[in-house]
Amino acid sequence: MSTDTLDAPVVETVKMNGLQAINAALIEAMEADPKVLVLGEDIADNEGGGVVGVTRGLSTKFGTMRVRSTPISEQAIIGAAIGAAMGGYKPVAEIMLMNFTTVAMDMIVNHAAKLRFMSGGQSQVPMVIRTLTGAGNQTAGQHADFYEAWFCHTAGIKVVIPWTPADFKGLYLSAIQDPDPVIIVESGKTLFVPMDVPVNQGPIPLGKANVVAPGSDITIVSYGQMMFTVMQAYEELTKAGASVEVIDLRTISPWDKETVLASAEKTGRLLVVHEAGRNFGPGAEIAATAQEALFGKLKAPVGRLGAPYCSVPFAKKLEDAFLVQPPEIIAEAQRLLAMA
Amino acid sequence: MSETTENRALENRATPDAKTQLDIYRRMIRIERNDDATRTQIRRGRITAPYYSARGQECIPSAISVLLNNDDKICTIYRGIHDMVAKDMPLRPLWAEICGRVDGTCKGKGGPMHLTHPETGVMVTTGIVGSSMPIANGFGWAALLDGTKQVTVAYFGDGASNIGAFHEALNLASVWKLPVIFVCQNNGFAEHTRYENGTSVDQISKRAIGYGMPGYTVDGNDPVDVYAHAHAAIERARAGEGPTLLECKTFRFMGHVFGDADGYMTKEEKAEAIAKDPLPIYRQKLIDDGIATAEELDALTAKIEAEVNDAIEFAMACEYPSDDELRRDVFAEEIPA
Repeated sequence: MSTDTLDAPVVETVKMNGLQAINAALIEAMEADPKVLVLGEDIADNEGGGVVGVTRGLSTKFGTMRVRSTPISEQAIIGAAIGAAMGGYKPVAEIMLMNFTTVAMDMIVNHAAKLRFMSGGQSQVPMVIRTLTGAGNQTAGQHADFYEAWFCHTAGIKVVIPWTPADFKGLYLSAIQDPDPVIIVESGKTLFVPMDVPVNQGPIPLGKANVVAPGSDITIVSYGQMMFTVMQAYEELTKAGASVEVIDLRTISPWDKETVLASAEKTGRLLVVHEAGRNFGPGAEIAATAQEALFGKLKAPVGRLGAPYCSVPFAKKLEDAFLVQPPEIIAEAQRLLAMA
Repeated sequence: MSETTENRALENRATPDAKTQLDIYRRMIRIERNDDATRTQIRRGRITAPYYSARGQECIPSAISVLLNNDDKICTIYRGIHDMVAKDMPLRPLWAEICGRVDGTCKGKGGPMHLTHPETGVMVTTGIVGSSMPIANGFGWAALLDGTKQVTVAYFGDGASNIGAFHEALNLASVWKLPVIFVCQNNGFAEHTRYENGTSVDQISKRAIGYGMPGYTVDGNDPVDVYAHAHAAIERARAGEGPTLLECKTFRFMGHVFGDADGYMTKEEKAEAIAKDPLPIYRQKLIDDGIATAEELDALTAKIEAEVNDAIEFAMACEYPSDDELRRDVFAEEIPA
């Protein structure tokens, strides 16, 4: 490894958090392409540059015709983005929280996702929906849900849930130029934890997972802020002598089957961990696909960890119990590792 | 913030000249002949498709479309084929689409409820009540950014004025001063529910007051009245002054959906509405005003019938789409088999 490290080109990096990385991606995209627009509640600088400041500075730099604050009207926001996208623009529409996508579901599911297909390819809707979610801050039942499975189940929209600031930058650059609608989920913690980002971080292709840590005994697949939890478990498992391969899925739909299945075939064990509910969650699709492709080649059934079948609770004690924690991942991984 | 506008009478009324009046009639008869042929083909079992006839509503999009350029856009709804025919969408791809054939405007993947034809400005046809309006706003925003004088017409029914999308869209269009004309074709029934049993105001145009835009209630069966109000609304939009709500009152003669037994309306009111059928009345007016002779109008009708028949036979001879189409147009990139 040391020779590889010596030979590898030196990548100049800068520390930034997800919020800064998205802001940088939006600025870069808007500077490069005058067709890129941003809209959403409170996103212009007059309104504070976004509820957590992701879009801060954009309206000052690019004007309020390209960076428009909207009324609290989610259907109108997504509708305006769809029309502008069909009219030749590349809008990035913010739905402040993922729970609020529910009031725009007709626009997202019946229109943004389907107009290309229903029009026989005449219409295209190159838009990005940005939305924030995640439990851990006691925001309770209507401000913290992961609804990615709903969107993954809808043909015609891509679903991206990044973990690292570098991925945010690269995946946003790709999503904005993608010819189809993409929803990017920003999960709470991922916006605020600084990490190294290559100074010239360019686009990262959608649909490609990232093998974060190589290993040979078990594959753990996760994404979004759950990756922080998975990495804690990874440290413990590694210390205990297990060789764990960790995959950050990054794009949930269409997902990188090749990378995940190749890894699971190699290690013989697969564990999927997400914050979304376990019932009918993305883990169910991944597990079903793995058993179809690798029946007889796996040493253990595919493991799935996710939220229990209840709403996100308020009390800190309950919220901690609701979220998958490192000990659960360790225990589940060890259970699978114990199977020959 | 715009001033609160009163629901009011139009001050300066534009009037269509003789040539324009004839063009309005041409579009109306094209809609009527096309609708008649559609119902005939369904009855004969030659096509199987959900069909929402707009018989009786021909005047509204006809009198509006003569004021629109080819690149002006419309977003319409499942009862919207008359809006497309008025916008001069070619009938061959329209019929091929209704028949689910690969030569249809949407390759047979949209059908009568989702016809799209960007070349004539037919951008979106939605099967969801109210959803034409929020999307029309986006085209309006794009036109402002492009710096064009292009306008977008959002068509919808009276029932759609009670869904949230209407209210969100009108508010945003007003705040952003978008070049959008919201055209409500009020035919008196939201599916099977009578207007007054589902709508809180006696005129939908009054709702414009709440959104700071002009609102007019128009006789949707009178081409001259629709023209005058559409003219004002389109001029306002092109001048960058923002949106207008037009409520065009009319009646649908064929119920909600093909095969509807009309049990929710009385025979008398239906007969009364049909007595006010805009087509024969306007035809007689054109003759009385010396704009056209009966023979000229008959010749026009015959020409249009030939166009419709040609489109039907063209469509029937087209192939059905291949199953590979299920993997195409989901995304720009084809899904591998």
